[in-house]
Amino acid sequence: MYNMESLNLFIKSIFIDNMIFAYFLGMCSYLAVSKTVKTSLGLGIAVTFVLTLTVPVNYLLENYILKPGALSWLGESFADVDLSFLSLIFFIAVVASMVQLVEMVVERFSPSLYASLGIFLPLIAVNCAILGGSLFMQQRAFDSVGTATVYGFGSGIGWLLAIVGIAAIREKLAYSNVPAPLKGIGITFIITGLMGIAFMSFLGIKL
Amino acid sequence: MKNKEILLGPLSKNNPVIVQVLGICSALAVTSKLEPSIVMALSVTVVVALANVVISLLRNTIPNSIRIIVQLVVVAALVIVVDQALKAFAYDVSKQLSVFVGLIITNCIVMGRLEAFALSHKPWESFLDGIGNGIGYGLILIIVGFFRELLGSGTLLGFQVIPDICYEWGYQNNGLMILPPMALIVSACIIWVHRIYNKDLQEK
Repeated sequence: MYNMESLNLFIKSIFIDNMIFAYFLGMCSYLAVSKTVKTSLGLGIAVTFVLTLTVPVNYLLENYILKPGALSWLGESFADVDLSFLSLIFFIAVVASMVQLVEMVVERFSPSLYASLGIFLPLIAVNCAILGGSLFMQQRAFDSVGTATVYGFGSGIGWLLAIVGIAAIREKLAYSNVPAPLKGIGITFIITGLMGIAFMSFLGIKL
Repeated sequence: MKNKEILLGPLSKNNPVIVQVLGICSALAVTSKLEPSIVMALSVTVVVALANVVISLLRNTIPNSIRIIVQLVVVAALVIVVDQALKAFAYDVSKQLSVFVGLIITNCIVMGRLEAFALSHKPWESFLDGIGNGIGYGLILIIVGFFRELLGSGTLLGFQVIPDICYEWGYQNNGLMILPPMALIVSACIIWVHRIYNKDLQEK
């Protein structure tokens, strides 16, 4: 039963609560990097990886340090401490340090992947999708680290699907006759909008 | 003259949203109604302007290698202040904006202006640049929010604008305008109109 729920959450975070089409998170890098399928695939994998790490870490921080009463494991006198106003700064620090860590690990163990990702790795720190994942996790109050991890992983995969999809379409767009003022960014906006409408067909699905 | 350019440039020729394509994430998610769009525009303007001033004052003391982290901390501190202020004075709107106030931290406009402008200019110029970019961003938000609320719910700022008689004659609100994908399509239309009049911005 528990596994079933995790699977549902996974599917839901990929298709129904898709980071890009439902919440517009991570649009900046989505628009800037989606010119070729290859680089967008690399960025998508990196984002998925960082999301899968940061959401559970921030979940632990939220539940054992930041939430009202979360510090009660330190003793009775800490039971009414509320540090939730600090959550933004904690989350962004975790995200920034995680990205740094991932960067060092990738550089050490797979120099070829490091070279192909290049500048995009450090840029993940300011990708709204990552911080957004943590903030949605805080808002939805998941019941365990496991579900939080599943949520992070699913959101990452959803982001990956979206950026690879738009990159594939943009590669083909080079052959079509778009009105001059809409060329480049304008037509990409419209296509993303249409893809968003298509993704909304998943909305009614109950899992 | 130069200061005037810094302040007014981002309104049209150098608009952060439709020309530099920064800060799209929040620009589109909060615009289904006019009121949250205005609040978001104000919050971002305050954060960009103040962060620009702070970073500009610190620009000669920040070591280059850790500047991203310093910038993030300054911006996060300002965003926490804005977030708490919204919760205190405009609780309903802050509920509607949900996570997007927090996401101002990673709003590319803020980081983009800090990197591109504040690190190399004096505080007063940086302040003007922040205000200009905040207003340029707010302008797009308010235009998109205006059309989406007018066509989607027939109201503006919560008051009904389209007279009852139109509904009796069979006029219907376009429910599609409320949904998130329409924000992209409305802003694509803004880009379209803007680039018809600014031919030098057209790509290729």
